[in-house]
Amino acid sequence: MEILKTNKVVKQFENHRALTDVSINVDEGTIFGLLGPNGAGKTTLIRIINQITAPDEGEVFLFNEKLKPEHIKNIGYLPEERGLYKKMKVGEQALYFAQLKGMTKGAAKIRLKNLFEKFDINGWWDKKVEELSKGMQQKVQFIITIVHEPDLLIFDEPFSGFDPINSDLLKKEIIELKENGATIIFSTHNMASVEEVCDNIALINKSKKILDGKVSEIKKQFKSNIFEIVFDGNFNQFSASLTADYKLIEHIQKNQTVQVKVKIQNELSPNDLLSKMLNFGKIISFNEVIPNMHDIFIKAVNGN
Amino acid sequence: MNNILLILKREYLTRVKKKSFIIMTIVGPVLMAALFIAPVWFAMMEDDAQKVISVYDETGTYRSAFTDSENLKFNFTEETDREKREDSFLKSGNYALLTIYDKNPDEYVLFSEKTPDISVKEQVSGRIEGFIEAENFKRLGISKNQIDSAKTEIYLETYTISEAGIEKSSAEVPLMIGFAAAIIIYMFIFLYGVQVMRGVIEEKVNRVVEVLISSVKPFQLMAGKIIGIAMVALTQFLLWGILTLFIVGFVYFSFGADIMPQNIDAGQFQNISSEQAEQILGNSFAADTILGFVNFNWTTTIISFLIFFIGGYLLYASLFAAIGSAVDNETDTQQFMLPVTIPLILAFVASQGIIRNPDGAMAFWFSIIPLTSPIVMPIRVALERYEIWELVLSGSILILSFIASVWLAAKIYRTGILMYGKKVSYKELWKWLRYR
Repeated sequence: MEILKTNKVVKQFENHRALTDVSINVDEGTIFGLLGPNGAGKTTLIRIINQITAPDEGEVFLFNEKLKPEHIKNIGYLPEERGLYKKMKVGEQALYFAQLKGMTKGAAKIRLKNLFEKFDINGWWDKKVEELSKGMQQKVQFIITIVHEPDLLIFDEPFSGFDPINSDLLKKEIIELKENGATIIFSTHNMASVEEVCDNIALINKSKKILDGKVSEIKKQFKSNIFEIVFDGNFNQFSASLTADYKLIEHIQKNQTVQVKVKIQNELSPNDLLSKMLNFGKIISFNEVIPNMHDIFIKAVNGN
Repeated sequence: MNNILLILKREYLTRVKKKSFIIMTIVGPVLMAALFIAPVWFAMMEDDAQKVISVYDETGTYRSAFTDSENLKFNFTEETDREKREDSFLKSGNYALLTIYDKNPDEYVLFSEKTPDISVKEQVSGRIEGFIEAENFKRLGISKNQIDSAKTEIYLETYTISEAGIEKSSAEVPLMIGFAAAIIIYMFIFLYGVQVMRGVIEEKVNRVVEVLISSVKPFQLMAGKIIGIAMVALTQFLLWGILTLFIVGFVYFSFGADIMPQNIDAGQFQNISSEQAEQILGNSFAADTILGFVNFNWTTTIISFLIFFIGGYLLYASLFAAIGSAVDNETDTQQFMLPVTIPLILAFVASQGIIRNPDGAMAFWFSIIPLTSPIVMPIRVALERYEIWELVLSGSILILSFIASVWLAAKIYRTGILMYGKKVSYKELWKWLRYR
């Protein structure tokens, strides 16, 4: 079921177009990656979903209803530009934000105590934010984002400013939130994390959506029929035998072992290549080269 | 609405709990009270030990001028040699040495080891002047009584006259109250308007603002902040008032009536004439002042004070909030602060002239323009020098303009708080106003 849908959203600023007819669909209970180079319009789209700015054209639907102010309570938003009141105590501050999201003080207190316990920061309740390290502040910020148990969570560049340990922790949390039924949208440059956690993505470049769909399908779509073969044998013999149907991309020879990448052209199948290979020695491995998101990102953005 | 209350509460509580607020609240009235009490205190503390002054009188005629008093004692010396005389003065440890030389006219010199007290200097010269005057009267054949009876001093009684009747008026009391109102409004707008601006900048610098406005509308955030800070200011004023009364009361009961005006129950002055009041007080200026306070038009003044106070604060605070949202840090505020603060300062400076001429063209225009009327109009109301239509016009313009400024500021604010790392120009602000 769709939890969020944007329909041909357009946003024009004085001197530049931030979004052109951007439509995305986010299914309930999935993790959705919003990708794109800097300045592509991701943050603008996220701000529109959070009702911080209004679109010039197009509509946004949450739970199949047109976006309305009450929906704010259903969304948890961790902006890219994030921070806390430095002079305020951690607990007081978390309570304040929870109440702004419509929780009662009592309910917020119970829930926060649990979260503080879970994140192992029980002792921080009465500390001032300025006494915490940057990483600790990020933890508090994360708790504030999820405190009101929203159906939809939006993280804008959640990994920026996190060290690898905290990054991993965050990733785990995001997956756990998904398992508990939340839907998550996050924008990121960290392509490795996209591959690890995202079910679907949309790629935005220069205000337009240029690519979207399931991660596994996009990867399939970007496969270019390249195979990696490792075998013990003679490379020269092998390369001399390649007809115009095959294109050698690269080769590495180590002692007896040869590693080659071959692109199959025309209508030939990998089986043809494999049967050809049988003549040149002992085959150790035969794999299709599947592009990673990093390559897909660069390819899609540059090719556009 | 609920969100505005939450924001208001946070803004209020974090500020009221600050150490600087508590210190200012306590120190303010102490300083204020000290300002009133210190001069009296010092006067009372004046050194009353008797000082000895050596007198060398070359003419030999002034002896009768120098009779000993409670704090001055005079020793006469006949030593004609100057050096010896000065030596023996230094050895004697006396306070000062007065020398009167026989010249035409006589020359008077006071020597002392340290710079002499003003009061000693005045007393000594007073003795000499009194002595010479008395001699002159004698020479001219007139008595001091004759001179005194020729001199005169009058006290000008002032009344206001209207169809309702004649009422005792005091020119000083409305002036004091009007000016006090102007100072309070000026201070309030300046101190707390700037606090609004700082608060907005703080939220921008801390990057907390986007987290906030994903939960609340920018307008709610701005409104909560402005009202919350207004309440901080009101709290401070209230505490200052109470503490000042408390301190003054404490001083009064500890040191008694000798340093305070006589204990007067204002109630007894209602509906009495100035003659009767004078009988009680024995002083027509004090009587007029007290009658002035009693007869002062408190209701109109307080109501219009509150309207102009709140209207002026909201107008300026919203402008300050807009400035805060447009910049990244406080140093960048200068170019926008100037056009906002100039009318405020101008109104304050002009109010001193307006007090002298509250019906003039300047007074009129300053009380109509909404950026200056919060300071100028209360003065005119206190002085009762305004037409009803002027008050209504000025008040309505102020209310309309603060609604407009809050609306415009909210638009700038909405865009500005999410804008980082950009030097903002007036042209840019104009664009923001037109964003949807």
